[in-house]
Amino acid sequence: MLNSDTIVTQRSWYKVARVEDFPANGGACIKVKDQQIAVFHFSRNNEWYASQHLCPHRQQMGLARGMIGDIQGEPKVACPFHKQTFSLKSGTCLSSDEYQIQVYPVKVEKGFVYVGLEE
Amino acid sequence: MEHFTENKKNLVLVGNGMVGYKFCEKFVELGMGATYNLMVFGEEPRVAYDRVKLSTYFSGTTEEELTLATADWYEDNGILLFTNELVTEIDRNEQQIKTQKGTCISYYKLILATGSSAFVPPVQGVEKEGIFVYRTIEDLEAILAFGKRARKAVVIGGGLLGLEAAKATLDMGLETHVVEFAPRLMPRQLDEQGAQTLKNKLEALDIYIHLNKNTRSFEGKDTVKKLHFADDTSLETDMVIISAGIRPRDELARQANLATGGRGGIAVNYHMQTSDPDIYAIGEVALFQQKTYGLVAPGYEMAEVALQHILGNSEKKFENVDMSTKLKLIGVDVASFGDALGETQGARTVVLDSQTSGVYKRLNISADGKRLLGGVLVGDTESYNMLLQITNNQLTVPAEPAALLVEGNTGEGTTMKASDLPDSALICSCENVDKGTICHSVVEKGVSNLAEVKKCTKAGTGCGGCMPMVKDLLEETLNAQGKAVKKVICEHFDYTRQELLDLVKVNHIRTVDELIDRYGKGQGCEICKPAVASILASTWNEMILKDNATSQDTNDRFLANIQKGGSYSVVPRVPAGEITPDKLIVLGEVAKRYHLYCKITGGQRIDLFGARLEQLPDIWEELIAAGFESGHAYGKSVRTVKSCVGSTWCRFGVQDSVSFAIQIEERYKGLRAPHKLKSAVSGCIRECAEARSKDFGIIATEKGWNLYVCGNGGANPQHAQLLASDIDEATCIRMIDRFLMFYIKTAEPLTRTAHWLKSMEGGIDYLREVVVMDSLGIGAQLEQEMTLLVNAYTCEWREVVKNPELRKQFKQFVNSDEEDTTMKFQPVRGQRVPLAW
Ligand code: SRM
Ligand SMILES: Cc1cc2nc3c(=O)[nH]c(=O)nc-3n(C[C@H](O)[C@H](O)[C@H](O)COP(=O)(O)OP(=O)(O)OC[C@H]3O[C@@H](n4cnc5c(N)ncnc54)[C@H](O)[C@@H]3O)c2cc1C
Ligand code: SF4
Ligand code: FES
Repeated sequence: MLNSDTIVTQRSWYKVARVEDFPANGGACIKVKDQQIAVFHFSRNNEWYASQHLCPHRQQMGLARGMIGDIQGEPKVACPFHKQTFSLKSGTCLSSDEYQIQVYPVKVEKGFVYVGLEE
Repeated sequence: MEHFTENKKNLVLVGNGMVGYKFCEKFVELGMGATYNLMVFGEEPRVAYDRVKLSTYFSGTTEEELTLATADWYEDNGILLFTNELVTEIDRNEQQIKTQKGTCISYYKLILATGSSAFVPPVQGVEKEGIFVYRTIEDLEAILAFGKRARKAVVIGGGLLGLEAAKATLDMGLETHVVEFAPRLMPRQLDEQGAQTLKNKLEALDIYIHLNKNTRSFEGKDTVKKLHFADDTSLETDMVIISAGIRPRDELARQANLATGGRGGIAVNYHMQTSDPDIYAIGEVALFQQKTYGLVAPGYEMAEVALQHILGNSEKKFENVDMSTKLKLIGVDVASFGDALGETQGARTVVLDSQTSGVYKRLNISADGKRLLGGVLVGDTESYNMLLQITNNQLTVPAEPAALLVEGNTGEGTTMKASDLPDSALICSCENVDKGTICHSVVEKGVSNLAEVKKCTKAGTGCGGCMPMVKDLLEETLNAQGKAVKKVICEHFDYTRQELLDLVKVNHIRTVDELIDRYGKGQGCEICKPAVASILASTWNEMILKDNATSQDTNDRFLANIQKGGSYSVVPRVPAGEITPDKLIVLGEVAKRYHLYCKITGGQRIDLFGARLEQLPDIWEELIAAGFESGHAYGKSVRTVKSCVGSTWCRFGVQDSVSFAIQIEERYKGLRAPHKLKSAVSGCIRECAEARSKDFGIIATEKGWNLYVCGNGGANPQHAQLLASDIDEATCIRMIDRFLMFYIKTAEPLTRTAHWLKSMEGGIDYLREVVVMDSLGIGAQLEQEMTLLVNAYTCEWREVVKNPELRKQFKQFVNSDEEDTTMKFQPVRGQRVPLAW
């Protein structure tokens, strides 16, 4: 529902790579418009998520190499550096109140993976 | 904020130090805000802070972190706080106080928590610049500022606080001297020999100790330059910190004609009332039965007693309290407890005095030999908590009390458990939390981890010294409830590691996915997936990137160790540390080509740092071509077998340790286990390879080899224990096969062998029965399983290098061949390192 303070943003879909370029049950990094983005494939239930690659804890490029999983059904990724974990639905940090990451929508069409970025 | 109203009674608290704050905290907890107004006056410019941890200010703890509660906390709880406001007068007739700023407030009850000030002896020249005391944040700021210009510092006073100050000046990089009037350090807590051991330890830290020195004068023009002593000797210095005791700040009480003691302190009864029943005194300033208490724990107890009395509850009384202490110095362990000096009538003493290891322990036992009265521990305070409990709870000591002196041992060869203590046992003396309260939080409030225990009971939030005991209690209580009996890995599996291992084996499961499908739920997580991956690897020893790559911890997934900035390190195997000149040259050439930083590791091999993810396969291709193999520095697996040079060169060597170490390393290389495994072989009893700090270590004897197991370096060093002696090489390998396989099959994830042994019932004797005597009859089976694993070994990097599919996993970006431009380096001593984070 739109009301007066809803901000409508423009989202563009970027075609990034083929489904099989990504590892099963894991992540890989892509580069779009000079941004490093982590894309995760939960192959067990065929869900896809994307987030910033940068971990806000020590400003390290690493989330795509993190291990994915879930906590009570909430999909998450654990940073490879110090294991801070982040929800891939909301981007909130599940192990500390201090951090938040950006998450992006992902869609798959005809064997290709697309990531939606705001303009 | 709640309103201050006329119809509520005024409580006025003077002093917002540690005890003053505790008074406020308990006031809030007891919900007294409904009936009372609380007004707090503090002379210091800031809100209450943790004076006990004051010294950590030197190591970077911020003022904020030391703060006990924010100004907002006071406000939110309806407490009116006046900082930077000294109370100057009490008018007992009018029941009101006056402050320096002219504020005048009447009270229904007045509480004095004015603490103490540092005692400055009236020595000639004491007013000179560069002379400090050690009590407040301002003092520390001044010391830090002045210390920047100084090279040398003298601390006057070799007591608890003086030594803390000395450690601080040492950490500031100053040459540090301690001057003590008495003939020994910590004269109030330590006996002669304990003090001597402590002195040796401090001198080893480069602190100079001067005993029997009575300071006559401070010399120097405006700034102190020299101390002159009564024996006509002198000591030059750039600054002085005086820590010669404390004096209660009873000046307000004297002005108001309240009863005070001859050596200071406001006299109180066991309800903490002063000679005026409407005025209470608590904390360091209170004089109870002619004694003041210079520790926080008794002060906290006083705050509780005073509040209860104000509420009309006169059952709670202050009684003499425990003055046991553990020194917080880093690098030296000192503790004294109970009757430390053995002054009780008829006390007997047991002493352990080891000059070589610098450990001194003294226990004082009652005349009838049944009770522990107190004692002194220097150099090793691991048993402090337990001994304190035995003393305070009057537990019976073993017939041979010397057993109590041996590490972790409390007699009869059995280790005493926290669960053996009575419920009333005081576990956290800072916050006055007993065992019953901690167990209750677990049983009744469903608390299940340490953080929750701390939050719920406050135990361990003070000095933290009781944490090991709190942890034991938590675990034992959970166990007793049947909660932790089953150590399930995480929410995704209702099985223990051992059960999963059996399931994997029996059902021939080879992938993480398959195991989740059949026996687990959800997606798995960063706890269970690596644990399962490790089980699979230990069971089948298949190439770990084949099916389970993304279930491996990041280092295992990319077969290299991730470093700051996101680059990786490369550690080729150098069995036993033996390497040819040609191979050294190859390492140098590869490092040069890829701009890798080189360093010799603590494991006798060479680490090449700073490789980009996509460079790893290329680097390894070159290394493998030159005959190198993966060193598995990234895996929970066998790492290195270190060796000394042994009998081939060394004039003392009795066996060829290098050849044997190579044989061992070649046999077990890369073997995956619940945690990493390290080994070493020494060629004689001098033990230059440090084998006894390893998971399995071998030391040559005239007749063969001694095998030691379950040692550990790291944060909790443990010497390995003798498993078998004078055995030949073949027997030694058979024993190791069995030992390792038994460990792999029974240890919890991420448990090193030392820890595994610690929690094994029967300890090393039991382990010896199983491994050497084959009491379970599984020896042959264990050996056979090990042989299968050894035969299944392949170098992981060799497989990656020749497999294009696997190589693809090492791309930086799946949609581009660009390099990661965010990775930044800086030059250091002719090499390069990542930018600091
Ligand atoms: C590289 C090296 C330091 C060096 O420059 O010398 C090193 C580096 C690391 N050590 Fe170590 N340790 C190194 C020798 C040691 C030693 C010495 C030895 O092996 O003789 C010890 C003490 C012996 C022991 O393990 O009992 C040691 C005890 C630890 C520990 C503590 C283990 C414990 O049980 O307490 C950890 C933490 C852990 O494993 O959880 C650790 C962890 C690490 C980690 C994995 C920390 C991390 O997660 O990043 C480091 C990996 C660095 C990397 O990326 O390569 N490292 N580490 C050494 C590699 C040796 C090798 O050739 O493989
Ligand atoms: C470096 C250091 C290390 C220590 N380590 C330990 C330890 O390991 N374990 C332990 O148990 N104890 C330790 N102590 C002692 C512990 O800090 C004290 O026992 C504790 O702070 C006493 O609390 P208190 O509230 O009685 O006094 P304080 O904390 O001194 O508070 C008194 C407050 O009252 C204020 N005040 C005084 N007069 C007035 C007035 N007229 N008007 C307004 N305000 C006034 C003062 O400015 C001060 O802020 C240590 C002390 C120091 C300095
Ligand atoms: S001691 Fe600490 S800093 Fe040094 S290598 Fe080991 S883990 Fe890293
Ligand atoms: S950098 Fe990600 S957890 Fe520390």
